[in-house]
Amino acid sequence: MKKIAYSNLDVCFAAIAKTKTLYLPMADGVDEKRGAKYTKWTPEVTYTADAVNTVRSAKDFFFPQVERMTNFKVDGKKIEIEDIRKECEDFVVFGVRACDAASFDILDSVYLAEPIDSYYQNRREHGVVVTMACTKPSETCFCSVFGIDAARPAGDVTCWRDGDLVLLQANTEKGEALLLELPMLEDTAENAADKVIASIETMLEKLPLKDLSTDAFGGDKLMKLFDSEKWADLSEACLGCGTCTFVCPTCQCYDIRDYDTGHGVQRFRCWDSCMYWEFTKTAGGQPRPTQLERFRQRFMHKLVYYPANNDGKFGCVGCGRCMKSCPISMNIVKVMKTLEEEHE
Amino acid sequence: MREEMLIPKIGVVTDIRIDTPDVKTFRVVGLDGKKVFEHMPGQCAMLSIPGVGEGMFSITSSPTNTEFMEFSIKKCGCLTSWLHMMEVGQQVTIRGPYGKNFPVETELKGKNLLFIAGGIGLAPLRSVINYCRDKHENYGSLHIVYGSRSADDLVDYQEILNEWMTDENVHVDLTIDRPQEGWDGHVGFIPSYVEELKPDLDRTVLICGPPIMIKFTLEGLKKLGFQESQVYTTMELRMKCGIGKCGRCNIGDKYVCKDGPVFRFDELSELPNEY
Repeated sequence: MKKIAYSNLDVCFAAIAKTKTLYLPMADGVDEKRGAKYTKWTPEVTYTADAVNTVRSAKDFFFPQVERMTNFKVDGKKIEIEDIRKECEDFVVFGVRACDAASFDILDSVYLAEPIDSYYQNRREHGVVVTMACTKPSETCFCSVFGIDAARPAGDVTCWRDGDLVLLQANTEKGEALLLELPMLEDTAENAADKVIASIETMLEKLPLKDLSTDAFGGDKLMKLFDSEKWADLSEACLGCGTCTFVCPTCQCYDIRDYDTGHGVQRFRCWDSCMYWEFTKTAGGQPRPTQLERFRQRFMHKLVYYPANNDGKFGCVGCGRCMKSCPISMNIVKVMKTLEEEHE
Repeated sequence: MREEMLIPKIGVVTDIRIDTPDVKTFRVVGLDGKKVFEHMPGQCAMLSIPGVGEGMFSITSSPTNTEFMEFSIKKCGCLTSWLHMMEVGQQVTIRGPYGKNFPVETELKGKNLLFIAGGIGLAPLRSVINYCRDKHENYGSLHIVYGSRSADDLVDYQEILNEWMTDENVHVDLTIDRPQEGWDGHVGFIPSYVEELKPDLDRTVLICGPPIMIKFTLEGLKKLGFQESQVYTTMELRMKCGIGKCGRCNIGDKYVCKDGPVFRFDELSELPNEY
């Protein structure tokens, strides 16, 4: 295990930024309530380890909101395809929370399953994830419900803030390689983080949503949950705005679109949402005609369909972003609690 | 960089056949004049006109056709309208093949088959029908029930008349929805026609058409004594990627693009009715 003084982190960041692009969460403007956002590090940027979780998830780094895929040149009846993929440059994302780190596994299970998505894989191979154990979990946090340990987050390197110190532990080859590039780090005892881990665990024990039950969910309860009458009430006020999908670290559905620039056609993909009516609309009809079906799809996918295909693992990491951002205060916790009642 | 499934190849339209007032069949080959890829009956491909859009279409030609692929496409939206405006020589982009095929080399082998198609629903079944005709030694007899709105809307009508009806191993029953001058064949909807025809119960059934036709035909088949486990269909939902990632064609824990589009009805009845 390594250590560095918190006040000295900037030296560390400067060293990383020499060879790689470095991103870290920083407060968004002066209003702390707006939360933090991932920002490219420059000497002027101040890392805010104390900030609450970022408003947007960290999925952007591997699955950006908009991404160019191919270019086409169209000349009369002829078409030329231009493969614009390039090897991605190395980058480091520092200060990722345990929930977001766990979301990468979920994205991996989709995008790295055969046939592998080379766009995603490219970013994944060139990105180093440095996580920070949660010193400031929110009341909306419930990652432990899905077996995620906010005191021991995954990632290539795990960090702990212990008073004036930051402790760093490499978990992968990529992580070890990164730490080797940082001579300012000092060695410390392997169990140096035990105390801070214990104090985080005490804090996690007090979180209001820690006892949320997942017993009513899973791949084996598919039709029972699908047919539940509760969906009508739950979905009634849903505006179909899709905000939940956009802030969600595990929502990975996308659209593919063409943009005619006048000099050629750019094909790009962008995030999409099953909450939108156009998502499944075809010339022949609409399999999800009302917001009820669309609302149900989103939660069924995370709590039932995804687990059915992934050995019971849930498609939610309990980051709580949907709770904070939904304009009608609907969220996965309310859905789980309501359906759980029926289960009992 | 590794091969990327989402980056298409170029196809050239070498022939366009006008099947019905709103269906055209396009013949497509690669730039080298050969088939762009091999497929199995029931599999699909993504066709696109860059700048307009990309869509999933079933490959209507049989894999036994070694020269080209064919797509029968109904004009019903933006992309299909553009496709219908194409002229011979037009290039398109193509990627695939996608999805599970009809189990022609396993469950269907040695069986007597019943094909039930409505309108453009013949397109995916035509691939199987011609595959089974070309490899007739592997299959029993083929019974085809095909119907559409009018005689003018029968897709592949010339092929049905000249090739299928003259094949001693094939029996074809045609029907149209409403009486029409010059039509002396059967008039009536497919579900009731199938019940009237009382096809042999030992046949494995392959059915494709509008959802409402499939629904009532399946009910009729069950009334006649057919089991869900002997009936296959092929589905169509909106798709973007074709490889089970974009999330659009998700029904329950299945993705139509990779777990389908071919499903057996006993598999489908375990899934939410969202198609």
